[in-house]
Amino acid sequence: MTLAIETRGLEKRFGDTAAVSGIDLGVERGAVFGLLGPNGAGKTTTIRMLATLLRPTGGSARVLGHDVVKEAARVRAKVSLTGQFASVDEDLTGRENLVLVARLLGFGWGAARVRARELLEAFELSEAGGRQVRTFSGGMRRRLDIAASLVSRPQLLFLDEPTTGLDPRSRNQVWDFVRAIAAEGTTVLLTTQYLEEADRLADRLAVIDQGRVIAEGTSRQLKASVGGRALHVRVADPEQRDRAWALLAHLLGDELHPGTEPDTLFARVTREERVPDALAALTSNGIAVREFALAQPSLDDVFFALTGHGADDETSEEVA
Amino acid sequence: MSTTRLHRALSSDHQPAPPSALSAVLTLGWRAILKIKHVPFQLFDVMVFPIMMTVLFTYLFGGALAGSSADYLQFLLPGIVVQTVMFLTVYTGVGLNTDIQRGLFDRFRSLPIWQPAPIVGALMGDLMRYSLAALVVVVVGLVLGFRPGAGVPGVLLAVALMLVFASAVSWIWIIVGFLVRTPESVMTTSFLLLFPLTFVSNIFVDPATMPGWLQTVVALNPVTHLTTASRGLMHGGVAAGDVAWVLVASVLVTAVFAPLAMRMYYRER
Repeated sequence: MTLAIETRGLEKRFGDTAAVSGIDLGVERGAVFGLLGPNGAGKTTTIRMLATLLRPTGGSARVLGHDVVKEAARVRAKVSLTGQFASVDEDLTGRENLVLVARLLGFGWGAARVRARELLEAFELSEAGGRQVRTFSGGMRRRLDIAASLVSRPQLLFLDEPTTGLDPRSRNQVWDFVRAIAAEGTTVLLTTQYLEEADRLADRLAVIDQGRVIAEGTSRQLKASVGGRALHVRVADPEQRDRAWALLAHLLGDELHPGTEPDTLFARVTREERVPDALAALTSNGIAVREFALAQPSLDDVFFALTGHGADDETSEEVA
Repeated sequence: MSTTRLHRALSSDHQPAPPSALSAVLTLGWRAILKIKHVPFQLFDVMVFPIMMTVLFTYLFGGALAGSSADYLQFLLPGIVVQTVMFLTVYTGVGLNTDIQRGLFDRFRSLPIWQPAPIVGALMGDLMRYSLAALVVVVVGLVLGFRPGAGVPGVLLAVALMLVFASAVSWIWIIVGFLVRTPESVMTTSFLLLFPLTFVSNIFVDPATMPGWLQTVVALNPVTHLTTASRGLMHGGVAAGDVAWVLVASVLVTAVFAPLAMRMYYRER
């Protein structure tokens, strides 16, 4: 079976600036694939080329077996794009928006209304369906937008930063929907600058920086490439940090670093089994520990290790 | 979240053939009409101004300009309808720009429709908007004492002529809508052009008392001819020359700007 997305040296220049400079991707059918990178890394440009909204200036891309330039119409018939800003008409109601899209896909008036109802129900918007979209919350708007992208039952769904600007609760809700959509067999390609999002949703990811893929793999593989878990410790009294520092450095045998605040410490742990004893030693030496966490390296750490600059402050921590 | 409902929505197997060009245009026209229904304010905020002008000019200057307010209203009202419709044309560009900024245009472009449909559909909705606005202003005029000598057919013909010219001018704002960054700047840019276009005309006063050079400008302004033709059609005694002038101007403006707009439409953003 062919791949859902296959690109070779995909490139896009706008005048003298290269937005995307040679991207190779292979996305399996049915997978959720994440493009992770900071603002301006070339994620949106890549996704717009794959969705046939931009013409590549170099390289090639096949989507669901069709060339995005030569067979753009065939690609379009099988994919849907949910852009970075909810592309729905704010003046219309939620239901009218879906009927509009259905009509433009060729549904008759009756069938369009049925389809709109089905999707409003599926995305928990039935009650709000009769209200103008401008009264919707960010999360509702986003759900309506995704629903509009699914009117045609695409085989591949592009989601460009699906949760940017959403509150945590709405973000979780959108994640649930994305997972459910993927579980139904739709391939999903999403871009995100949230490391946590890529970690939670994507089976595989490609880290993009300055128009190039700088790493690819599962989130676990990428994290492993950084090595060791990260230990964060916060002492109750900032005065005692230096003592804690010396003690932990001795017991763990790892280098310690000051954290961002005067009462925090940070270490990349090479021998995890020593951590419990080291922490116990702090207490028995009269150093009260307010909190500690033994975290998987975050994707931010991955980003830092790969590029030498950070991407975002988000971390995905497991409290030990 | 109900996975059963989502499953049902995602496994529906109705995959219709793409819509015809006409069906796509009608659907997008339906959208424009819904917007009038949901946001009537957009129609009225541009009409408050002309109505205010009508009342002010009629009662403040009417006596001085035409001997009596009642006489002046007969002269002024056809021109005010022209002005109202002209100002409304800006919304074509504003609406288009809003759609681009919101990403709706991307959605339309990725649908299997006749590609110019979003623009043609919007224009259709705009024609509806122009007609509604013209109707309101005429009714206000009738209340104030406007009595068109040529009756309903005359008024309808005048409005029809205005619609032809307005759709031509709309293409200019569509281009502006593609060029500038925000809907607000579409508004500012277009008003910069519309103010001189409607004021340096014969809408408010007979240009006979203006300086010679200004009279020349007024005589060249298509809005002047549209106003003269509208007066003629509403009151009787229209000159074929004025109507022809307006029609030729409309054809020329469309011939220049419509292809340009469509080129910009197909160019990627």
